[in-house]
Amino acid sequence: MDRRTSIKWVLAAGAAWPLFGRSAARADATPAAVGYGTDPDLVKVYRPGELWPLTLTATQRVLAGVLADIIIPADDHSPSASSVGAVDFIDEWVSAPYPTSQRDRPIVLGGLDWLDAEAGRRFGERFAGLDPTQQTGICDDICDESRATAPRREAARFFARFRDLTAGGFYSTPVGRADLGYIGNVPLTQFTGPPPELLEKLNLP
Amino acid sequence: MPFVSPTSQKNAYDVIVVGSGAAGGQSAYTLCMDGAKVLMLEAGRKYSPESETPMFQTPDMAPLTGVGTPQKPFGFYDATVDGGWEVPGEPYVRASEEDAGRFDWWRARMLGGRTNHWGRISLRNGPYDFKPRSRDGLGFDWPISYHDLAPYYDKVELLIGVYGSNEGLENTPDSAPGCLLPPPAPLVSDLLVAQRAKRLGIPVIPAHRAVLTRPQDFRRAPARLHPDNAVAQATLAEAMRSRAPCLWATPCGRGCAMRANYQSPTVHLPPALASGNLDITTDAMVYEVTLGRDGRANGVSFVDRTSGKHQHVSARVVVLAASACESVRILLNSKSASFPDGLANSSGKLGRYLMDTVGSTVRGQIPLLEGLPPLNEDAADGYQLYVPWWLYKQQLAGKLGFARGYHIEFGGGRRMPDYSTAAGIQWLTGGSYGVRFKQEVRRHYGSFVFFDGRGEMIPNDRSYCEIDPSVKDRWGIPVLRFHWQWSEHELRQAAHMQMTFADIIASMGGRTRGVVQTDGAKAIAPGGSTIHEVGGAIMGSNRETSVTNEWCQTWDVPNLFITDGAVFASNADKNPTLTIMALAWRAADHILARMRRREL
Repeated sequence: MDRRTSIKWVLAAGAAWPLFGRSAARADATPAAVGYGTDPDLVKVYRPGELWPLTLTATQRVLAGVLADIIIPADDHSPSASSVGAVDFIDEWVSAPYPTSQRDRPIVLGGLDWLDAEAGRRFGERFAGLDPTQQTGICDDICDESRATAPRREAARFFARFRDLTAGGFYSTPVGRADLGYIGNVPLTQFTGPPPELLEKLNLP
Repeated sequence: MPFVSPTSQKNAYDVIVVGSGAAGGQSAYTLCMDGAKVLMLEAGRKYSPESETPMFQTPDMAPLTGVGTPQKPFGFYDATVDGGWEVPGEPYVRASEEDAGRFDWWRARMLGGRTNHWGRISLRNGPYDFKPRSRDGLGFDWPISYHDLAPYYDKVELLIGVYGSNEGLENTPDSAPGCLLPPPAPLVSDLLVAQRAKRLGIPVIPAHRAVLTRPQDFRRAPARLHPDNAVAQATLAEAMRSRAPCLWATPCGRGCAMRANYQSPTVHLPPALASGNLDITTDAMVYEVTLGRDGRANGVSFVDRTSGKHQHVSARVVVLAASACESVRILLNSKSASFPDGLANSSGKLGRYLMDTVGSTVRGQIPLLEGLPPLNEDAADGYQLYVPWWLYKQQLAGKLGFARGYHIEFGGGRRMPDYSTAAGIQWLTGGSYGVRFKQEVRRHYGSFVFFDGRGEMIPNDRSYCEIDPSVKDRWGIPVLRFHWQWSEHELRQAAHMQMTFADIIASMGGRTRGVVQTDGAKAIAPGGSTIHEVGGAIMGSNRETSVTNEWCQTWDVPNLFITDGAVFASNADKNPTLTIMALAWRAADHILARMRRREL
């Protein structure tokens, strides 16, 4: 982990809420000194970096973009994750003053460090500088958390989290919604349910 | 001037209503429409759904794509202000550090309270639910029967707008003709659940929810609700005309700027304000009901949150509708020489018999639902159908190992994609990434279903709240300490839910996500987490064993009423809000009648 960002993080986290879901005798209601508070403006549009500073370095952002696009590349349905802001979202997430983010931050930063270290060990190069075959060679070792072996278990945990975050950022955008064929969130005068021919095909009454 | 500051409150109110949610909204509505002068005190801030609701906002417009955080536990766009499991500056205490003794208390500090974000599921208690002890010897009977409350269920449904159908099923009452709005069309996944569950002998029928599936009948409903009161009829007709029906988009939990679903500030409060009989003071944190020398309540004390000043206001009648636990807290903190253990607590039952709903969830993925063509399945935001409890006979015969029932709320469909769409999808897609990952997310999208069990908890001696001896909130008001314990009935019921849901998913040819918990202690959600907490000031027919009579009137103080969930003598599997409103309407009618007779 980058020492400077980790120090900034610890300072931010110190003022955050106690971990939600813990078993505690007292449900302490210490006001959060950070975050968007308990009464934010809901109709305003927010952008990453607006509520709390983003903390990834330029190098980390490049690497995050490369990995995000390995996970969600452009295909004939839609463009890649990084092209619709997935890196900004991941940066916002790992920089946020909330428990889930606090848990994920060291996983993500540690994982990005591991990728470069592994690339160095195997190919003498940073991960971003590898050719696509070399990159997928590393990813294939860590992409399945359930099958990762002991030395790579942490890295596999990172990959799973990073894939969730990449997908979370991507499918939350208009591009991601279109990719999945979501056609709602528009006012209708009536809702008639599924078309009869579809129900017939599925043998549903 | 309907919204009044503490300094511009009038001197002579007929009734003070503490709280502005389902109970406070209904109490004030009924009282004001019949001419009573009411002051409503709300602890939270003024809130305007028409201007504050993020109707069509998408996840990319929210911080962190709108996922829940401790500051907004149900997501960024959830219609909760200054609330959640933890409220800044307003702690509570758990007596036990064990998970089994855990109770979580959800609050909101806003006009309308929790009605702004609730699920709108509006089920009636049935005849069995008011006489559970007579049926199986456990818990308590209510001092009223279903038939006492049925006319009020009719009225509430007609007033707020509830969709559903009459099916004539056991302990699942029908409404009077014309009360219900037509239910929405089911989704593909709903119809598949219905088809397969029915093969298992599990009935699936239209859900009941407080959402307008068509405009309200403003020509006839007002006369039915307010016979012989032309002014009230005209006021209500105008309010009904100004509500739009559902536009089949946007989650109800954000609230509705079109006023198409029920929330107190869009349904109860506009006609009550239009009557000219309602004043509302927000940011008024009530902490005490004060007692006069005549043994009657003579008003309430509150902290004005904007100035920090302590104020007192008086009226002929005090109605507590602050939510079950908050009303109990106010009374426990209202100590005097005649009531050293809290006002209206001569029975010692104040705070006792706290109940929540038993909650348990199973999720699944259904291959039959993969690869469907694009469909708009926003519908009425879910809950088109549900499963009422169906094993009454087996249960009464002692075949189930637990005494009370549950209903099933379920859903699926092509919901608006967000962070949760692909999170954790590796349980289905393994290590895939790249173009294959995109294909797999596309294929699985819309093929997920969930089943939430909602079951009855039997009141017990070990689940209660009291005042903590040392902890105070930011206003210096002593806080609640919660004690909690499930009985074997609830734990076994939760395990039964898990197995039933797994059976339904299997019958659909699907896979369950995660472990199906056959250990009830692992299957059950923590106390309070379903946010159906009721009890604490139960009604009864005996002043030795209950806090209020059947009119929500405290036994000890004749002009003090509690119209929220605190008076529930049992907590049927049916979600409590509709019953809270029906009880509040009935109590308000009683208050009006007694005020007319000069008894109050």
